[in-house]
Amino acid sequence: MTATTASPARTAKPKRAPRGASQHSGIRESAVSRTIAMAVMVVATLYFLTPIWWLFVASSKTRADFTTTAPLWFADFALFDNIAALFDYRNAVFLRWLGNSALYAGVGALIATIIAAMAGYAIAKYTFRGRETLFNVILGGVLVPATALALPLFLLFSQVGATNTVWAVFLPSLVSPFGVYLSRIYAAASVPDEIIEAARIDGAGEVRTFFTVATRLMAPALVTIFLFQFVAIWNNFFLPLIMLRDESLFPVTLGLYVWNTQVSQIPDIRALVIIGSLLSIIPLILTFLGLQRFWQSGLANGGLK
Amino acid sequence: MAISTVARAGAMAALTALALTACSTGGSEAPGAAGGDCAPSDGPVTLTFTSWLPGVEEAVAIWNEENPDIQVEVQTGPNGNGGTYQNFFNQLEAGNAPDLGQIEFDAMPNFRVQDGLENIAACEGILEAEDQFVPWTWSQVTFGEEDAVYAIPQDTGPMAMFYRADLFEAAGIPVPTTWEEYEAAAAQIREQGGYINNFSQSDINAFAGLVWQAGGEWFANDGEQWEVNLTGEETTRVAEYWQGLIDNDLVAVYPPWTDEWNAAYNSSEIWTWVSAVWGANTIASGAPDTAGNWAVAPMPQWEAGQSAAGNWGGSTTAVLKGSDHPYEAAQFALWLNTDADALTAMNKTANIYPATIEGANLPVFGEGVEFYGGQNIYEVFAEAGNNVDPDFTWGPTMTQVYNDVADGFSGAVSGSGTLLEALQAGQASTIDALKAASIPVKE
Repeated sequence: MTATTASPARTAKPKRAPRGASQHSGIRESAVSRTIAMAVMVVATLYFLTPIWWLFVASSKTRADFTTTAPLWFADFALFDNIAALFDYRNAVFLRWLGNSALYAGVGALIATIIAAMAGYAIAKYTFRGRETLFNVILGGVLVPATALALPLFLLFSQVGATNTVWAVFLPSLVSPFGVYLSRIYAAASVPDEIIEAARIDGAGEVRTFFTVATRLMAPALVTIFLFQFVAIWNNFFLPLIMLRDESLFPVTLGLYVWNTQVSQIPDIRALVIIGSLLSIIPLILTFLGLQRFWQSGLANGGLK
Repeated sequence: MAISTVARAGAMAALTALALTACSTGGSEAPGAAGGDCAPSDGPVTLTFTSWLPGVEEAVAIWNEENPDIQVEVQTGPNGNGGTYQNFFNQLEAGNAPDLGQIEFDAMPNFRVQDGLENIAACEGILEAEDQFVPWTWSQVTFGEEDAVYAIPQDTGPMAMFYRADLFEAAGIPVPTTWEEYEAAAAQIREQGGYINNFSQSDINAFAGLVWQAGGEWFANDGEQWEVNLTGEETTRVAEYWQGLIDNDLVAVYPPWTDEWNAAYNSSEIWTWVSAVWGANTIASGAPDTAGNWAVAPMPQWEAGQSAAGNWGGSTTAVLKGSDHPYEAAQFALWLNTDADALTAMNKTANIYPATIEGANLPVFGEGVEFYGGQNIYEVFAEAGNNVDPDFTWGPTMTQVYNDVADGFSGAVSGSGTLLEALQAGQASTIDALKAASIPVKE
């Protein structure tokens, strides 16, 4: 999962990186180094795209062809039959999982972005006691892997009887320490104090200033945060694994994993896992391609400042 | 990391329960043990049941239809070692475990040691149900304790030998009935360019099935402490036998459950698979080109004329600790695993092979199977199930045992170390693991 989702971003870089580099330094690379760089990029591209290619080819095969034909080239093209079989299995539970993932990741990332933007903006633009301490604590949160928090979260949610509910997965998805960090850096750099002053003089309240003025200036960073959080929630597997028991609440990652563990009982299900995996990465690829432009500029700026 | 610490803490807190209840046959330690305190609840109840059997809802729906006052809600998840066991332990810790859970035979001692199971022996009809089950399965759910039943057996995996009847016949090689003949056949098959079998380096529970057949026992519990014996006489014999086949290049060593493994069967490179009853579907799915050419015979024997069999897989329906309705939960568990309609439904959706004696007579097992040349392969497996040694005991840390031994086995198939050395290392690491979990173990 991780490798496949990372690939569109990484493979996209080579197109821009050389041009950007030459603009900055003004030095033209020799033909040799350029060739070597290209070769490395090609190898890296193949490395990341081959599994996806395999997945696509495997998804297009009938069950019999799957074991009997070459793994990296097509046999009888049965992609749409396979998709139909997937949607047919267990009352289209797979579609439900896709919908759940879209809800957790889409709405979750949106709210997480707003919260992170507000927090980052506040830390960047207001001086108050304990500001740095607060920021450092949040920054510390970046270092704690989400996996380590899953079990404590489970015990906490158990106390309020909220495990095995939408909230058990949704609420923890709303926080993004990295998003707060990026927002602060970006707000400090891209939202001049003069503009905030001007807005105040014009009679705008703090909240209105934030939503109408600051968020527009911070847009590239916000898109970055949204993308990061969207991918993080979409791929978050461990938290739903621990929290959810009801099949109708599963996100697509957990659902496919559960199926995959049933392969020894029902070998036929393997074909569904493969076609399901292919379909499950399409939303990620689309999101990345759609927001790539913003994402790159946001990340570059965040890194510079 | 965090999880295993909690699980271990749970183990420490509860491990004495096994030693205590095991020797005090009165069962005063465990609530719900003997003494008739398994009474029906007042009014309608709703039970939660966590199982990873695909389509188990269909069987449960039959029950819900017939029992409006005892409704069962199905929860699901990955298979046991894939996460559901850890979830059970987390839930037991948090006090919100489901009423019923699916637990495989080899994980039962782990749950027992961590005090995660209700003793349902006092519940109506449970002790009397013993006669309905294949003998070895009952000892797995009682741990040999008096007046104790910790789960109802659900399904089993009696082992036999799948073989390519067409290839054996064409080559004029007699179908082996002893392991000695099996080795001789292996050499003949190798001359023809094939392999008699694939040594599954990562399926340690399959290897345990082979040891089980040979009469070996990996664990024993005398009520006070555990004894680990991964390197006993029988285990050594089995390990050295397969080591010899590996050394002489008489068995393939493809990683099991992979495409290349399936392809090796599909291309007729490998001629037999000593596996469990559910393996019938694995071959049919992985090697479609060989349809009609397979047959099933009993496992080869260590002594000519014997009929010992091993078992690979199988699970139970257990009532988890803390259930508010142990009576109803026990009734449901018993019904689920003995009712012909329920068993048929579970066989249809999840290919289970029932643990009841009567289950072998379900109509679905009474017919020839086309993939196996029309042979009624289930007759062989039913016979095998009756020949499984009831004394085999699983240890409380089987996941660790499987992982550690599999590490050594995968080294052995690639030429570093031997199977026996891997088991010796596993012996040491298992004793360490038990000690680390504060489970009393004989050095």
